[in-house]
Order: sequence, then C-alpha cells, then structure tokens
Amino acid sequence: MKQSITLGKVTKFMGLGFLTTLKDLFTGKLDKEDFKSFLRKVVVPIVSILLFVGLWHMGAKTLYNIEADFKINKALEERGQAAADAEAACIASGNVTCQPNSLPSPAQVWDSYKSLLRDHSTISADKAAFKEKTAALNEKRIAEGKNPIVYTGRPSFVDQIFRSLKTVFAGFLLALVIAVPLGIFIGLSPTLKSAFNWFIQIFKPVSPVVWYLLVFMIVKTLLIDSSEDSSFTISFISVGLCSMWATLVNTAMGVSSVDKDYINVAKVLKLGTFQKIFKVILPSSLPLIFTGLKITISVGWMVLIAIELLAQSPGLGTFVWEEFQNGANDSNAKIIVAMFVIGIIGFLLDRLMLTIQNSVSFVKTDAI
Amino acid sequence: MSTITTNTTTKGYVENGIFPSNDVMLDLKNLKKVYPTPKGDYVVLENLNLQIRKEEFVTIIGHSGCGKTTMLSMIAGLNNISGGNISVLGKHIKGPGPDRGVIFQAPSLMPWMTSLQNVLLGVNQVFPHATKAQRNDIAKYYLQKVGLEDAFHKKAADLSQGMQQRVGIARAFAIKPKVLLLDEPFGMLDSLTRGELQDILIEIWNKEKITAVMITHDVDEAIFLADRVVMMTSGPRAKIGDVLSIDFERPRTRKAVLEHNDYYKYRKHLIDFLEH
Ligand SMILES: Nc1ncnc2c1ncn2[C@@H]1O[C@H](COP(=O)(O)OP(=O)(O)OP(=O)(O)O)[C@@H](O)[C@H]1O
Ligand SMILES: [Mg+2]
Repeated sequence: MKQSITLGKVTKFMGLGFLTTLKDLFTGKLDKEDFKSFLRKVVVPIVSILLFVGLWHMGAKTLYNIEADFKINKALEERGQAAADAEAACIASGNVTCQPNSLPSPAQVWDSYKSLLRDHSTISADKAAFKEKTAALNEKRIAEGKNPIVYTGRPSFVDQIFRSLKTVFAGFLLALVIAVPLGIFIGLSPTLKSAFNWFIQIFKPVSPVVWYLLVFMIVKTLLIDSSEDSSFTISFISVGLCSMWATLVNTAMGVSSVDKDYINVAKVLKLGTFQKIFKVILPSSLPLIFTGLKITISVGWMVLIAIELLAQSPGLGTFVWEEFQNGANDSNAKIIVAMFVIGIIGFLLDRLMLTIQNSVSFVKTDAI
Repeated sequence: MSTITTNTTTKGYVENGIFPSNDVMLDLKNLKKVYPTPKGDYVVLENLNLQIRKEEFVTIIGHSGCGKTTMLSMIAGLNNISGGNISVLGKHIKGPGPDRGVIFQAPSLMPWMTSLQNVLLGVNQVFPHATKAQRNDIAKYYLQKVGLEDAFHKKAADLSQGMQQRVGIARAFAIKPKVLLLDEPFGMLDSLTRGELQDILIEIWNKEKITAVMITHDVDEAIFLADRVVMMTSGPRAKIGDVLSIDFERPRTRKAVLEHNDYYKYRKHLIDFLEH
C-alpha cells in the first residue's frame, strides 16, 4: 500500500501517470471512475498506436506496389515481356538486388532495429577484444611517452546515440551557462534590456545551419594550430547558440516580472542585492527559467541532427546522412529506426527536465 | 467578565489634537500625494495631518478608493511622497526599512520557503549579530505565538490562506518594528478565521505594544482593535475627516466589547460618518 502511494507519486511527478493506472489494473484496484480514466489513458493510446502502425503498413505496401509495377513496366517497355517476367519473379522472390526501394514497412523497420542491435554487440565485442589485445602494448607505449593505440573501427548505432547525447548535453550546458546569467542581468536592468533587445530579436530566428556556419568560421580559425578534430566542438557550440534563446528570453522575463508583493517584502526588510537576487528573485523565476531550459533542450536535440550532419561530427545526424548516401537495401528502414530513436530520446529529455523542474520549483507543472 | 470600564485617562491629550512631541511615534504633516494620469494629475491626498502616539493602535476606515492604501504605502516608504512629510520618532523617513513592518492584504510569503524560513528572512536581516540558534528561537517563538508550532517546516505554498496570514503576522512582529502597518490583513479571510486572527493579533500586540496602523473595511474590527479609529474623507484630495477614541480598557474580549453600552454609540458614529 505504502509502496504504491510512493510509486504513484513518483510516476505522476515524472509525467508518466499512466504507469500507475496500468499497475492498478493488474492489482485489480480499479473502480468505475478509474476504469474510465484507464480507458482514456491506456487503451486509447494503445489503439491509436496500433492504428498508426496499421496505416503505415498499408501505406508502405501501396508505395511498394507502385514502385514494383513501375519497375516491371519499365522492363517491359525497354526489354520486352521476358525481361518483365524475370523482373516480376525477382521481386516476388524477395531477392535484395531488385527490391523496390520505398517507404519501409513496420516489419522491415523492426528487423533493421534488431540488426542494428546485433551490429552493436558485434562491434562491442570487437572493441573489447581490441582493448584486451592492445592493453599490454599500450601500457608500454604510455610508459615510453607515446600515444596509446585506440580503436578506430566503425561506431555502432548505439555509440552514435551516446555521441549525440554527449553533444546535446554539452550544447545544453553551454546554453545554460550563457543564457541564465545573461537573462538575469537583462531582467534586472532595464538599461541592459534595451541594450540587448535588438540582439535577441535578430539572432533568435536565425536557422541552425547559419549558426553552424558562423561557429565553423570562428572555431576553425581559433583552432587553426590544433590537429584535433574540431567537429565536436563546432557542433556543440552551434547547438548551444541555437537553442539558448528560449532560456535567455524566459529567464529575463521571469526575473523582470517577479511578483510585486515579493519585491515589496524585500524592500521592507531591506534585503541586500545578493540576498534579494538569491532568496527572492531567482526562486520566484525558477518556473519560467525551467520552462526556457525545457524548450532549450528540445530545440537543441532537434537542431542537433542537422548540425551533426553538416559538421560530420559522429552521432545520429551523421548516421542518418550516411545511411541515406549509402542507399543499401535496408538503409531506409535504418533511417526510420533513427527517427523513432530521436523522437523517443527527445520525449525522455523533456520528461527529465520536467522532473527536475518539479523537484526544484514551488509550482507543480503537469505534463502535457 | 465585564471588567471593562471607560478609560478616563486621556494621556497627554492637548485640545487642538497636537500631542507632546516626545509622545509621538508617527507624524504625518501636510501629506500630499499626486498620481500623474493621462488626463492630468490626480490628487489623492492633500493636507493630511495625523499623529499617532507610541504604543497606540489606530485603525483607519474610509470609502474604497479614497487613498488608504496610498497613505499606508507612503508610511511604509514604498510609495513616493509628493508633498509634506512623514516622520518616525521625529526623523523624516527615507524609503522603506525594517523599523516599519508591513502586513499586506495578500500574505506575500515566499511560497518556496517554509514558514520558518519566511520568518527567518526578516529576522536574519534585523539581527545580523545574533547566533543562528538565537535567530531560530526568535522565529520559532513568534510562530508559536500565532499557533503554528506544528508547521515550522511546511512550505508556505501548502498552507491555507489563514495560516499564511498567521505567518505574515509572525514575520512582521519578529523583526520588532517600531511601527506596524497593516493593510486590510484579514480582508481575504472568512469571518470565522478573521475572528481567530484578530484575537491572535491583539494578543501579541498586548504583549509587544508596537504602534500599529491598520486599514480595515470592517467597522466592528475597527472598534474591537483600536485605541482610536481614524476616518478618511472620500477622495480626491482626501484627508482625515474625523477621529474617534475607543475608550474600552485593555485587554479586551470580543464578548465584553459587544456587550458594552458604548459599543453601539461608537458603531453609530462610524456608520454615520461613512453614510453621510
Ligand atoms: N499607481 C497609481 N496611479 C494612478 N492612480 C492610482 C495609483 N494607485 C492608486 N491610484 C488611485 O488612487 C486612489 C486611491 O487608491 P488606494 O488604493 O489608495 O485606495 P484605497 O483607499 O486603499 O481603496 P480600497 O479601500 O479599495 O483598498 C484610487 O482612485 C486609485 O485609482
Ligand atoms: Mg486599499
């Protein structure tokens, strides 16, 4: 009993309230009212997911047929009946060399997902073996003051995910470090506000691609002597600059619109500037600051893919681009897998921020 | 308990309403307030003179919009003075300060702090040289006084309106101001809670005897709490219209006040003023 209360609180806190309902279903604790909300919260989403997969399946099949018919007709027109029959037979046999290459079906995507995981375990095993093999040698090299030999094989899909997460967190931290203090200063001082306003209005709508190019110009020059690969640096800075605006604007707004009553209390008590900022202004603007940070991390994750793609920095963006260029038979399916992974991670990042927000701020925000 | 008798000692009262200066805590002289508006200046207060003695509890009534809040926030230093001056113990005030504690109509607690932290916010500021334990003791003492001994560590956001205003009272008394300013502090509460809080307020006040100026819309509240009820004329150019001394002996109980012969006389006086 006690346990279920805490679980309920935790899941609700994280905006995952439906998990509790699901649990209540299995422990047989639902009454009529709950049953209705169970229908709405659990059954409806499941039905809509199934519907989505069904539509997708049919759509994929239709597209497949269109392309197959086109191929057969083309063979017929160009090379005659025999070639057309051969083409049709080839397509029907499932031979990879002649498959129509269109929107992959859910089943194909699922297969690709599994194959990506298999690929990951192969590469991980490979890596481990490599590490073991070179361990002794590397120790010697380090002792001699040389660089150790590192694994330079292809990164797996899972590795790419972690690279992307690393980039987005680095970018997020950069945005946090720039936008929150700057937002506080702008919010506190009307003078700074008018000094920065044009700046914010002009740079806020600039596209990620342009930010990337700008950062590229600057970082390239700054790191001109360095032999290191600057693609990671460039991409995380671009992500940070692209996504920091929401935090900057929200922080400034939160700080400048603190409830007048609180300010009056601070005045009557003659709180010093430091106390006023840290005890009154910041806590009361935390909800808005976090709203900004939540948008920042979502935007950061969204633009990350495009920026990685441009910067050739390893990660999901590069993965998607390489698969697209690659044009192998299961490339399309892998791209769709990446799409889902990107979406789900974006959702989880949002929930993570919501959880942190709820734990630090006095206004409880419900998940949307 | 009908121990109330008419208080005949008029304590240094001089015919023309001017008290001996060493007896005066708060002095408003020819006070004027002008709000600039798009349609020209709006003179809310003009030629407003009021003296409040040490250890006196004064309530202020007047029609809505006449300028009561304006006057009180000027005393608090939160609103600029357009003309005349305000002095506390003979010294002109400059801006807000903890010598004038304020209890606002909305409790105005920091909702992210516990009730103890809210009270400590002021205490830490006013007693910077006390030890942490001493400051904690002060804050806890006043929270106990307002009946919140079980809610030290509750977040202000989780308290009821009435409980929040209790914290507001504790916060105001804990900084030991010279003057306590209250702007309809119980206006947002239901009548039962309002009565409870009046009792709590007057109980602490009986102990501390801090000069208090309280705005209220409630005639009964004004009589029950006050040594004098100050009536303001309707704006624009509002000033003090009339002052009524309430000569019930302290400490008072609500029952004894209501049963007293003079009660309805006082009440009629105030209502006549408001309805004239
Ligand atoms: N900042 C301001 N600018 C212009 N006019 C104002 C301002 N604040 C108050 N006023 C006007 O001054 C007058 C007095 O306002 P005030 O709030 O002091 O009245 P009040 O007596 O406290 O009223 P209530 O009993 O409703 O609280 C009102 O007419 C109000 O509209
Ligand atoms: Mg008012």
